[in-house]
Amino acid sequence: MTYLQARGVVRAYGRTPALRGVTLDVAEGEIVAVTGPSGCGRSTLLHCLAGILRPDAGQVTWRGERIDGWSEAARSRLRRTEFGVLFQFGQLVAELTAAENVALPLLLAGTGRREARTAALTWLERLGVAEVADVRPGEMSGGQQQRCATARALVTEPRVLFADEPTGALDTLAGEQVLTHLVRLARDQHTTVVLVTHEPRVAGYADREVMLRDGVVDHSGLGLDASLPGGHR
Amino acid sequence: MTRVSTSHVLLGLLATGPRHGYELKRAHDERLPRARPLAFGQVYATLARLHRDGLVAPAGQERDGGPDRTAYALTGEGPHALDRWLATVEPPMPYVASTLFAKVVVALLVADVDRARDYLIAQRRAHTARLRELTAVKTAPTASLDDVLAADFAIAHLDADLRWLHTTLDRVADWHREVHS
Ligand SMILES: Nc1ncnc2c1ncn2[C@@H]1O[C@H](COP(=O)(O)OP(=O)(O)OP(=O)(O)O)[C@@H](O)[C@H]1O
Ligand SMILES: [Mg+2]
Repeated sequence: MTYLQARGVVRAYGRTPALRGVTLDVAEGEIVAVTGPSGCGRSTLLHCLAGILRPDAGQVTWRGERIDGWSEAARSRLRRTEFGVLFQFGQLVAELTAAENVALPLLLAGTGRREARTAALTWLERLGVAEVADVRPGEMSGGQQQRCATARALVTEPRVLFADEPTGALDTLAGEQVLTHLVRLARDQHTTVVLVTHEPRVAGYADREVMLRDGVVDHSGLGLDASLPGGHR
Repeated sequence: MTRVSTSHVLLGLLATGPRHGYELKRAHDERLPRARPLAFGQVYATLARLHRDGLVAPAGQERDGGPDRTAYALTGEGPHALDRWLATVEPPMPYVASTLFAKVVVALLVADVDRARDYLIAQRRAHTARLRELTAVKTAPTASLDDVLAADFAIAHLDADLRWLHTTLDRVADWHREVHS
């Protein structure tokens, strides 16, 4: 059965079309990589699936419920409780330390302070950035911020994880460490993962790959321009 | 890609102490887990050559004395040959020789964009499947360091091939558009 689904999702920014009718089905516990050239609409799709952006047309359903019509408050509650979102550009809270950033979603969900801090430290440690626990984002490297944001997305052990280029700022080994933890957690907890990446080796961690091209899913198998002869097969 | 020098790999394995041919084969396949397994015949032929060149010598023999009964050890010259090999920098990609590359060129040569494209799509699928398989090998909690190193190597190359496949498709598309506009 389909767990998470997009049906004909359309979304534009002013007059710039970003998604032109995307249909996508994700099964529970599946890890799906969303690939495609830069600017093809991957982040926009991720944000629509995660209930951050509302599609202009089409629908997004999760466990059979249409979430695209939900109020902002309801969608934001969903993101706090069931979904984990890892943004392409970190988006840590600048005034908080790494450990406070990671503990934040737990605190918002009602976890006690001490317990939240312990969990935060565990995840920072797993992702190899325990040393920045008490440092604010402004004093971290890009890669440290990214791993800290990953810890924040994983700490709640969400049912669905949306990760946008989670290794974009990392060297191969650090990236691998992050992906290994992400995939192990997903397999253990049966977490569904939507992983946006442009790197084949990162897509290799997924069960399946969906390629976008100019705001639509490319079914040709290689993202080739549909205007070429034999483009529709 | 240059061929692996089996003789130097065997010298390296013998550097840790004398071994029989069958032990060498086992050690080889274990240390280079994703390499093509060595055939016994190849091991004995290589040992014979190394013996002739004075780099290894029999180190004690059991009674019936066939080649499979003989343990070999490095001679005094052995470690020097090994050192020279290890100190030699490999020419980085002296030739662009890959069947993958050749097939795309030939497909375009016979002036068939569809052909090139179909081939690239099928190849991409096969590459991706292999990449996933090796990623699974590598992330398995039971993977040994040798497994990880071998998988890393293959993954890095598959990743490079896949990037090249993507770029090539885009270039072919651009080229086709130019020619036909
Ligand atoms: N906030 C925005 N305002 C205006 N246009 C936007 C905005 N965000 C994205 N776009 C446009 O929408 C299209 C899709 O953008 P999106 O960020 O979804 O692509 P992407 O595949 O994630 O690209 P990247 O590889 O750069 O992350 C692009 O043409 C982009 O210029
Ligand atoms: Mg993006």
